[in-house]
Amino acid sequence: MSVQYVGLTDINGPLVALDGVKGAAYDEIAKIRLDDGSERIGRVVQMEGEKVILQVFEGTNGISLKNTRTIFSGKPLEIPLSPEILGRVFNGAGKPIDGLGDVFPEKMGDVNGRALNPYSRDYPQNYIHTGVSSIDALMTLIRGQKLPIFSGSGMLHNKLAVQIVKQAKITGEGAKDFGVVFAAMGVQNDVADYFRRSFEDTGAIERVCMFLNLSSDPIIERLLTPLCALTAAEYLAFEKNMHILVIMTDMTSYCEALREFSSSKGEIPGRKGYPGYLYSNLAAIYERAGIVKGSSGSVTQIPILTMPNDDITHPIPDLTAYITEGQIVFDRELDRKGIYPGVSVLLSLSRLMKDGIGEGFTRTDHSAVSNQLFAAYARVQDARSLASVIGEDELSEADRAYMKFGKLFEEHFLNQGFDENRTLDETLDLGWDLLCTLPRNELDRIDEKLLEEKYNPERAMKFM
Amino acid sequence: MENTIYSINGPVVKAANTKDFSMLEMVYVGERRLIGEVIGVADDFTTIQVYENTAGLKIGEPIFGTGAPVCATLGPGIISNIFDGIERPLRDMVKDNGAFVAEGSHLFALDEEKQFDVTVTVKKGDRLVGGDVYCTTPETPLITHKCMLPPDMSGEVTFAAENGKYRVNDVIIRLKTADGEEKELTMVQRWAIKKARPCAGRLPSTRPLITGQRVIDTLIPIAKGGAAAIPGGFGTGKTVTQHQIAKWCDADIIVYIGCGERGNEMTQVLEEFGELIDPKSNRPLTDRTVLIANTSNMPVAAREASIYTGITLAEYYRDMGYHIAIMADSTSRWAEALREISGRLEEMPAEEGFPAYLPSRLSEFYERAGYVKNLNGTEGSVTIIGAVSPQGSDFSEPVTQNTKRFVRCFWALDKSLAYARHYPAIDWNSSYSEYVEDLADFYNEISPDYTALRQEIANILQEEAKLMEIVKLIGADVLPDDQKLTIETARVVRVGFLQQNANHPDDTYVPLPKQRLMMKVISVLYHKSLDALKTGVVLSDIFSLGLFEKATKMKYDIPNSRLELFDGLISEINEKIDALNAGV
Repeated sequence: MSVQYVGLTDINGPLVALDGVKGAAYDEIAKIRLDDGSERIGRVVQMEGEKVILQVFEGTNGISLKNTRTIFSGKPLEIPLSPEILGRVFNGAGKPIDGLGDVFPEKMGDVNGRALNPYSRDYPQNYIHTGVSSIDALMTLIRGQKLPIFSGSGMLHNKLAVQIVKQAKITGEGAKDFGVVFAAMGVQNDVADYFRRSFEDTGAIERVCMFLNLSSDPIIERLLTPLCALTAAEYLAFEKNMHILVIMTDMTSYCEALREFSSSKGEIPGRKGYPGYLYSNLAAIYERAGIVKGSSGSVTQIPILTMPNDDITHPIPDLTAYITEGQIVFDRELDRKGIYPGVSVLLSLSRLMKDGIGEGFTRTDHSAVSNQLFAAYARVQDARSLASVIGEDELSEADRAYMKFGKLFEEHFLNQGFDENRTLDETLDLGWDLLCTLPRNELDRIDEKLLEEKYNPERAMKFM
Repeated sequence: MENTIYSINGPVVKAANTKDFSMLEMVYVGERRLIGEVIGVADDFTTIQVYENTAGLKIGEPIFGTGAPVCATLGPGIISNIFDGIERPLRDMVKDNGAFVAEGSHLFALDEEKQFDVTVTVKKGDRLVGGDVYCTTPETPLITHKCMLPPDMSGEVTFAAENGKYRVNDVIIRLKTADGEEKELTMVQRWAIKKARPCAGRLPSTRPLITGQRVIDTLIPIAKGGAAAIPGGFGTGKTVTQHQIAKWCDADIIVYIGCGERGNEMTQVLEEFGELIDPKSNRPLTDRTVLIANTSNMPVAAREASIYTGITLAEYYRDMGYHIAIMADSTSRWAEALREISGRLEEMPAEEGFPAYLPSRLSEFYERAGYVKNLNGTEGSVTIIGAVSPQGSDFSEPVTQNTKRFVRCFWALDKSLAYARHYPAIDWNSSYSEYVEDLADFYNEISPDYTALRQEIANILQEEAKLMEIVKLIGADVLPDDQKLTIETARVVRVGFLQQNANHPDDTYVPLPKQRLMMKVISVLYHKSLDALKTGVVLSDIFSLGLFEKATKMKYDIPNSRLELFDGLISEINEKIDALNAGV
């Protein structure tokens, strides 16, 4: 018979305090039984002498100082794992909510995870084909990468995420062992529903494991959602050798939940009120992507976050981009022009791309084309800002060519349909066609031999 | 009475009613003996930061003192290894704990079983003082490890082992010290990581650390024994720049500290440096590299230690007479670790929540760089290159500003250059090096016109910056021809010279003579064109010769091994422009 502690000494937001506790361990899970028979789960977040502070996942509504009995479990939070979690729906704390009953566990997984030894990692080098030109050509997604989407409220990031899931294709062996873990944090009910319906429509639902914490659910549970999702992903990838794509939306809600929790704990705030450990906390999530030696699976993450006020220097996108291996940034202006996906090419980047493209991976001319497209599109911005001052008519001939290139690039290369799945060849050839609209001597990132082979002004005619 | 845990808050643990511990003492916390360090001693509480995850610790578990500060283990076997922030060997940890890092591991830093070929360099009766070498062993094909007397020890050799094969913990010599005590010395010594190793004296820094990167070597050079900061927002290429320097610079040993950065990056360094062959020695780069990895999801307290562990290892090899370059990526994460611990201690925060002692910690670290005369008479150097990750790319934040005060070389990475994929994205306008004058003699020995050419290139860029202000307002077409020429020449400097392709076999590393010849070509082209304009040649005729495109691509067209081709390019420029002049 385990010891039960009757009553509490303090309740503050999601935190409750108990006194006189003996033998509790830091970070362990406790069950709080209310007099009405309901049960809540709490985690030890601070201990001093015999005083213990618990964070209650389901919130403290209805808890009084007298109506509880608390039992310490002696274990960290664990979720049941088995290959059958694919196709299932869980809440943010890992409890099934699809009415199909409990998961029969093959093992229990500690949601906190542990840091992966850098020596045990394999450097990610194989690309994932998404069928989206801007991503495949310019910010190639690599297996084992963490590549977030930075968006703003009202833009079409969810649509892009669904398109990626729908079209994502892994080349080479293991291609069929592909699965998706989806974590929703603080999203509206209809957004979660949109994802569920899209997965059903595309038939992917069998290979999707969903963790849903909606915007009305308690915030402490939101802090657990990514941990549960990644524990499931790591299990499927490293023990069941699957390629797992983890989509997490919306990381901004997660960070706000963390801020709320931190302030109720009375911690000293850092920038914009977020706790000083926001970087470490986000790193503990993002770093759980990767490939482990001795397993053929991989965890690839696409976290989605909405930049408050479209501000990329806000702490959430800023710290995220310092941890992740690149970012895909949405641009409000392109979005308004009706270009989908409205990816801001110059702000976006894939750090792992350079080692995963070219000969043996994609196509030998891939890096030359993408470098030149980037450089040319950067020149477009210069020409546009100049044109806004002196007028388009006054521009030099080269600048006018760039203005035209910019427009065509946005309309034909960036812009593509939701159901349009472009092959890599189509994408790169389209890139060449666009580059051929520019004078040959402007293409200074491509060596002569390749230009000789590919450059042909007639290719530009298709845009006339 | 046994010392026990009284409170736990993240990595900060307190023990009540004890006066057993001293400041900065290393302690073992709990039944699992997690490694920690005493960071505060008061009448009622002793405060300890724990270098490992504290989940599962209980109130009342014991705390064991060790009586010594946190130390680095120094001896053969460090090079080509990978350690965590407190020098535990990550490679061996895999054997014990599998792919994930577990708590409470107490592995010895070095391989205790490996047999080293040892040459003993002293004999019975020799008198030795601190720093003297008593044996050597080839640690890697590139590095001869020299075991030295700890700096604070001296005495007479009473026993010296024969040359032969020994393990690191075997006794090599015995020493009778002044107070009559006899000490046994193995190949291993320990040194407190937060204490700088002493040297006989500092020497001026007059030799550059040659990196093969044009914008660094030529425009903004760093001296051996100097300190540089690389600040830059995310995606501006801090890590790539550090990788390039680590790969190609002419230091003997590289200490690469991944402090709070990505795990995949450390793996990349491990894999890439193992495959890359150093052209000078024909050996893989790992033969001269040590990695210290505290990835961003490893415990935050060990992040602070990783920086000190790295520099202690560097100083140890410096004492043997080597030149060491330290890459610290990123010092901002270290500063944030300080902030996090400080917050948990409820200290009064200064700017942006950072503790008030941030500047003093930074200066202590950067001051450990230097070109020195060692206790044993050899010369060695430690060069520090620290990346800074300013929040929101704002260089006015405390870490960047404070770092700027303690380094003499500042390579500011610029977002707009990175967006245009101009790499290395070092902004020539806001970067600076205070070593330029100290190093002038060295460069002029390569060729007497080296510094003059450098100045000329700098002037062209300066001039361009001024002209671009006008162009932004009224367009380039209204400029007079000579100014248009300056702008076009500056473009050649930017695209052809400053921009460097890390993935191109020749361009990734460019020796100084080629750097000079490239500047020479640009200078000849500029002056020749300027003279032609004066004789009445039209600018568009000069441009149509294709010489500017040729100059832009010379970095690819002329291989590093065939520098004589530059003569051809220069005479082509002369001839073609002379022909135009003749036509006027």
